[in-house]
Amino acid sequence: MKKIILVCGFLFVAFSFQLSAQEEIVLNGKELFGDISARHIGPALMSGRINDLENHPTNNRIIYAGTAGGGVWKSNDGGTTFNPIFDDYCQSIGVVTIDPNDPDNTIYVGTGETWTRNSVSIGDGMYKSIDGGANWTKMGFEKSERITSIVVNPKNSKEIYVGVLGALWGDSEDRGVYKTTDGGVTWNKILYTNQKTGCSDLLMDPNNSNILYASMWEFRRTGWSFKSGGESSALYKSTDGGINWRKIQKGFPEGKLGRLGIAIAKSNSNILYTVIEAEKDEKKGLYRSDDAGESWKQLNNDFGITVRPFYFSRIVVDPKNPEVVVKGGLSGSISRDGGKTFKNLGEMHSDIHDVTFDINDSDRMYAGTDGGVYRSWNGGTTMEIVENLPLSQFYHVSVDNAEPYNVYGGLQDNGSWYGPSSSPGGIQARDWNSIGNGDGFRVLKHPTKNIIYSEMQGAENVWRYDVEHKRVKTIQPLPQKGVEKLRFNWNAPMATSAHQPDRFYMGSQFLHKSEDMGDTWKIISPDLTTNDPLKQGQENSGGLSKDNSGAENHTTIFTIAESPLDANVIWVGTDDGNVQVTEDGGKTWTNTVDNINGLPKNTWTYHIEASSFDKGTAYAVFDGHTMNDMKPYAYKTTDFGKTWKNIISDDVVGFVRNIQEDYVNPDLLFLGTEFGLYITVNGGKNWNKFTNNMPSVAVHFIDLQKQTNDLVMGTHGRGVIIIDDISPLREINQDLLHKNLYFFKNEPTVIFEEGSFSGSFGAETQFVGENPSRAVQLKYYLKKRHTFGKMSLEIQDLEGNVLSELGPGKSKGINIVNWNYRMKQPKTAKGKTFSFGGFTAPKVQAGTYKAVLKKGKETFEHTFDVIYDPKSTLSEKDREVKHNTIMKMYDMTQELAYMVYEMDEIIAKAKELKLKKVLTKLNELKETLVITTGDNYVGSAEPQLREKMADLYSKLATNYDKPSNSELESLSIIVERFETAKTEYSKIKKKVKFLNNLQLKPFDEFVK
Amino acid sequence: MKKITLLLLVIMASLGVKAQTADEILENYFENIGGLENLKSIQGIKMTAKVSQQGMEIPLEIFQFSDGKQMTVINFQGKEIKQGVFDGETLWGHNFMTMKAEKNDAETTANMKLNSNDFPDSFIDYKDKGYTVELLGNETIDGAETFKIKLTKEPVTIDGNKEDDVSFYFFDKENFVPIAIQKEIKAGQGKGMISEVTMSDYQEVDGIYFPFSMTQGVKGQPGAPLTITTIELNPEVDASVFTFPAE
Repeated sequence: MKKIILVCGFLFVAFSFQLSAQEEIVLNGKELFGDISARHIGPALMSGRINDLENHPTNNRIIYAGTAGGGVWKSNDGGTTFNPIFDDYCQSIGVVTIDPNDPDNTIYVGTGETWTRNSVSIGDGMYKSIDGGANWTKMGFEKSERITSIVVNPKNSKEIYVGVLGALWGDSEDRGVYKTTDGGVTWNKILYTNQKTGCSDLLMDPNNSNILYASMWEFRRTGWSFKSGGESSALYKSTDGGINWRKIQKGFPEGKLGRLGIAIAKSNSNILYTVIEAEKDEKKGLYRSDDAGESWKQLNNDFGITVRPFYFSRIVVDPKNPEVVVKGGLSGSISRDGGKTFKNLGEMHSDIHDVTFDINDSDRMYAGTDGGVYRSWNGGTTMEIVENLPLSQFYHVSVDNAEPYNVYGGLQDNGSWYGPSSSPGGIQARDWNSIGNGDGFRVLKHPTKNIIYSEMQGAENVWRYDVEHKRVKTIQPLPQKGVEKLRFNWNAPMATSAHQPDRFYMGSQFLHKSEDMGDTWKIISPDLTTNDPLKQGQENSGGLSKDNSGAENHTTIFTIAESPLDANVIWVGTDDGNVQVTEDGGKTWTNTVDNINGLPKNTWTYHIEASSFDKGTAYAVFDGHTMNDMKPYAYKTTDFGKTWKNIISDDVVGFVRNIQEDYVNPDLLFLGTEFGLYITVNGGKNWNKFTNNMPSVAVHFIDLQKQTNDLVMGTHGRGVIIIDDISPLREINQDLLHKNLYFFKNEPTVIFEEGSFSGSFGAETQFVGENPSRAVQLKYYLKKRHTFGKMSLEIQDLEGNVLSELGPGKSKGINIVNWNYRMKQPKTAKGKTFSFGGFTAPKVQAGTYKAVLKKGKETFEHTFDVIYDPKSTLSEKDREVKHNTIMKMYDMTQELAYMVYEMDEIIAKAKELKLKKVLTKLNELKETLVITTGDNYVGSAEPQLREKMADLYSKLATNYDKPSNSELESLSIIVERFETAKTEYSKIKKKVKFLNNLQLKPFDEFVK
Repeated sequence: MKKITLLLLVIMASLGVKAQTADEILENYFENIGGLENLKSIQGIKMTAKVSQQGMEIPLEIFQFSDGKQMTVINFQGKEIKQGVFDGETLWGHNFMTMKAEKNDAETTANMKLNSNDFPDSFIDYKDKGYTVELLGNETIDGAETFKIKLTKEPVTIDGNKEDDVSFYFFDKENFVPIAIQKEIKAGQGKGMISEVTMSDYQEVDGIYFPFSMTQGVKGQPGAPLTITTIELNPEVDASVFTFPAE
């Protein structure tokens, strides 16, 4: 009894709390964002990095691509096109495996890319689908970070082996080979070496499921170095389903080993290949065993076979021929003599990570590269790219102020690009322009001139491109007398100024400033980094294989932000964890990082955002993942860094790469993390994950376009993703959330008059980016989803005339309904065929209109303006003439429609009464009014009055211009002909005696 | 004490603490929309509707009958164009250019025939039809909490291959009516994408609730709204209107 009362008491408290008037409403992202949806503009023409390909074992139409940063994609047309099937989960993929016993349905995904370059992301476990990828459930391995292999026993779906490479940036016990015999309920770790060594490849003998091969790899990355290889790397074999393992290295080189790739020939499982990273160059390369791994012989150590083992160690054997071997690499290599000699695969994007053969025809091959998936129809000689994989991996993104605005950014191994945010017919591959070579990073438009800055890795080149005159110049800061060697990050920061258009900043360990667009440079800071010599050994990076790419340059400046309010206030963040600020244009600098509580020392300062509201205010985000710390960090200061406040809540998952402050509401912030976008409307008290058409992709950079209020994201795996017009989020507050329905403000909408030819020739299998809506967007918040009862939305003029009926949105949260500022199309006379001109709906005049929303018994009204394009050359008088002429023809069209309706009724009755004379006369007249024969295509009849009238009406209504003299003349002919017909008709009508007996609809009802 | 217990029960019930099975959800659904027996007694349905898009308002009439007969009649400029007409054997529609009747391909027709036993609701006696139903969990749709139910029907044939016919229904947790259906598009340019229909404006017709508003499109993109103005149960229609016309 006591217990019950207690429970009751508790419930009462909960209840009364619910009843209090201003209980705080906290919505999650799916409840709040409603119809605000992301749009993807790609590009896909250079695609992005692929980690693993998987062919269906019995249906060669089905292929899966596991990508480095863009999730899992499925093709059901033999690799012609792909669709994403893993958007809600971690987008960094290690392996995709199909259960051979249930290949149509059961698929496993191991997350975490396994080619461990500096920019590699992390995984969050293993997933399973039992319906071909429609739904996924997590199967654990949360801390595995990267899964290289999943192997299902082809005779027993419940027996699964998982190879975990594990953490790249620190020690971890979550590594090695795991086994389940109950379909994943329980797992046993069956092969483990130490905290530094993970499983890089795991194979099962296709003829004997007790025989397993596992390669173990000792490896480690830091922010400033990479080490591949050690005493612990080894190749193992088990013949008892993983209970016992032994090293099989007879014939292997002496000393330490690095990453070992292994492959087994399906057609003869005694034949194995391995590619070995060893201490001595001459001992590296491809080894073969013909006795199931008992002994090995070196066959080849060409460049193509030994290059960058951490990045390319995949070996694939043709399933039909054990002598045909393919090795991933810079170009990819193929041998047709059992591995003795190799030639390059056909020309395609460099950096080949995986290759597969078609199950029926080995001439058909698929390759996964740093630039997407390629197909071959001739055994790998000619390669063609899959054109609809928008996997582009942006490091940075920026926008300009053009209309439509352009998006600029640089990509992993795919240069730098810019393209429009909107284009006729959608944003196609051909809309994108290349603006830099190598790996691309930051790209900035000059604030006023038609000039673009771009760069390649380590600022080896910084380009200044004069777009109009097509002139390219390199402008990177050069070594200076008396100044130590410059250290630039792989992804070197640059910045322009809101105060001086020609000013340009670059960061090495110093801040460089130019007042003449990069022609003359001046260093305006001391070394702002920790200058820790222990972190400056780039040229020794790589381990067993030297890998001096520059990717590990450290103790460098990574982010630069000049205050938009005061040019003397500049913030600089470094990759070794400093947050420096100057308030006097660089004369004195203060490192403020020690004022941040709770931030581990030396955590990478990934981005600093200088506030546009107050010059002492800034935001800083930190990324600790290269120190094996995956926590999110974001801080705000309002006093030039003297104190910093944590603005991260428990809602945020994944380390943070970027933050963007709104320009209007300082409490509205956008956070880019490794697992997607988060938004706060209350300055960071709560964060909502944004998931509407937005994958859980790494958001590396965010920009907010000022004119359109569009949030533009550079994602590292899914290209540029835009959320159009985030302005409704500025209005979200507790008062609003308590209303049943609330219309958000509308800025005046421009009636879009641009036209063009959007030919989509050849784009059938291409990715085409979505355009933004040009319509009036009515946006309202609903407190509760509308499910029962009527709800309607009308557009009316201020007199209450109904112009259009729209389908209102019913979602809880924000709804968006588009109105294309058009009235209904005219009621058109009925003929044998369609009058296509009659399908044109006229645009309304500029002015104020209202949306009338009825929900149950309640009515809500909202007024808004539509305006003419300010760039239009038409005068107000021209507009008047144009509108009146169109509406005159609109009315005429409807008048004719009613006349023909009346005639049809009379004709029907006359037929019944067998009144031949009237019939003949009416039919003769009708034949001049509407088409009465033929079809809608090449069998069409000669156009009659209806067609001529509707075509001219449509010509005027769809034309941006005022009616021309020749159009007006044409109109007068039509009017004349219509008048004659009307006179003729009234003559005939007078003779129709039963006219008053006909039950005709009145005109108003007819046209409704 | 009694009072308190009662209150407790009410509160517990309103909190929905009880775990739901797919069958319980379907039972609740049938109960809430007017009862399974009532639903089963429907022989046919005629919906008068309109699709508004880009200022064009297209009037439609949709007919569906318990023996699988169905058709959509579109009215353009007073001309009637029939689409998706099925007489139980032949699936056909008017060509928009010639306005003459043309048959659909054999595969589409065969797949359509499999749906003949789905009137008025696929979930009625689903076990007898050999369908399977599975509760996959909860999902937020249109901001509302829903139960996600997977329905698997007879396999369909796609470009010569047999494939499972799977759709996902989202039942509003508050009133147990479906508010969305998602399905993989199996043919055409959109193949591999997910189609989504959302339903709302449930209203009563002769004791049974029907959604009077449906929005159809591809998941993640704005759809086209279909507004139903009237629903007539058991309409009188001459069977000949479903027959493929002879030249």
